Amino acid sequence: MNGSVATQARLWLWQRVSAMVLGVCVLVHLAVIIHAVRGGLSAAEILARTQGSWAFGAFYTVFVLAAAVHAPIGLARIAEEWLGWRGLKVTVATHLFGLLLLVTGLRAVYGVVVP
Amino acid sequence: MRRVNDLRARNHPAWWAFLMHRLSGLVLALFLPLHFWALGQALHGEAALDGFLKFADHSLVKFGEWGLVVLLALHLTGGLRLLLIEFGPWSGLRKNWIAGSVGLAAATGMAFALALIG
Amino acid sequence: MTSNLKVKVWRGREEGDFATYEVPRLESQTVLDVVTYIQRRVDPSLSYRYACRVGMCGSCAMTVNGVARWTCRTHVSKVAKDGRLEIAPLSNLPVVKDLVTDMSEFFDKWARALGRFKGGTSRKDDFARVKPESLERRAVDAGIECIGCGACYASCDVVSWRPEYLGPAALNRAWTLVNDVRDTQRQERLGAVAGDAGCHACHTLATCTERCPKQLAPTAGIAGLKRLLARTKLEAEA
Repeated sequence: MNGSVATQARLWLWQRVSAMVLGVCVLVHLAVIIHAVRGGLSAAEILARTQGSWAFGAFYTVFVLAAAVHAPIGLARIAEEWLGWRGLKVTVATHLFGLLLLVTGLRAVYGVVVP
Repeated sequence: MRRVNDLRARNHPAWWAFLMHRLSGLVLALFLPLHFWALGQALHGEAALDGFLKFADHSLVKFGEWGLVVLLALHLTGGLRLLLIEFGPWSGLRKNWIAGSVGLAAATGMAFALALIG
Repeated sequence: MTSNLKVKVWRGREEGDFATYEVPRLESQTVLDVVTYIQRRVDPSLSYRYACRVGMCGSCAMTVNGVARWTCRTHVSKVAKDGRLEIAPLSNLPVVKDLVTDMSEFFDKWARALGRFKGGTSRKDDFARVKPESLERRAVDAGIECIGCGACYASCDVVSWRPEYLGPAALNRAWTLVNDVRDTQRQERLGAVAGDAGCHACHTLATCTERCPKQLAPTAGIAGLKRLLARTKLEAEA
């Protein structure tokens, strides 16, 4: 197996493994959403739930990491197959998108848990 | 020259499940940075986050959120089906899961709508 | 059964268009019968391909009302409910003329997937004993009846989107061979079918499995290859 083929096989596996993690995360997240929107959302209510909670912080950190792996791989497939992008263009664009998710995601977790 | 297929070739449950999965994934992926940015407002204090939440109270935004919840449920159950096909023992295209995932997404959508009202 | 069928047939090579023919509707008529009627009675310049007429040779597949089918075993009654037929060459392959496609790349990809058995014994050795109930033998059984008609390849969107993709038939063939315990090229073959030109490009659209006239499930074999590659890869890294 040459290098790029091995990378493609690895990306496929990462997307599946991240999907398994996300499967659990999304289930919990949906329950949290439906619970949280009862009676309307307010910042005080959200932050009361999240601030200082290590459980919330750990859970949503894992969630962000898994999403930052999963989404760019899927978007790369779409870019290749529906936009006709190939090679470096796909790699750069999807890495940047993954980085964006990682930075904004971890920032959001930090924002609602730590201050 | 090669001929390309149209919807007549594609019209079967597993293909529609694929399209549903891809489109829901695309919308969710593009929504994520926005979602993260909004929550990041908490860094600027409770008032900043409340400012955003006030904007999110518009009924059109609420409808959008409802759509995203349904898409998330669809992508979850559709993804479970794909994992079962790829990693589980072969037992056909598991079309019962396609019907089930649409049903479950509808149920999640209703639960979310009820929670919004209640 | 005296009414006529309205049959649109693709005429041309690189550029072309549908021509309409009237063909008498007969009992137990197949789509191949319809094409043959046109060629013999209406327009002898029509090109198409067939050999056995009984679903064994895999040479008569065409796009019938938008769907890839073996025409020799597709009854008109099944596909032309309103008396109309649209017959085109298979998708995803270069058109040679009218209903004939150039199948070279389809078969070249079988070769690229190492779709050829290579054993390690000679005629002087004893027979290999393969238990019929073993998992491997049953996996081979499930995929071995492919006649190479190209219906799956023509139906696959990933082939349209990624011209280098090996496609369902070649990968199904590779799957039957990696499960053949007598074959000696298992590792090379797994390497040849990995990646975005191989099994990892499949998104389980399953049109191949829906359209296979032999009711095979290339989707099952492709999923099996992905699993096997993940396992051998994890073992290699462990």
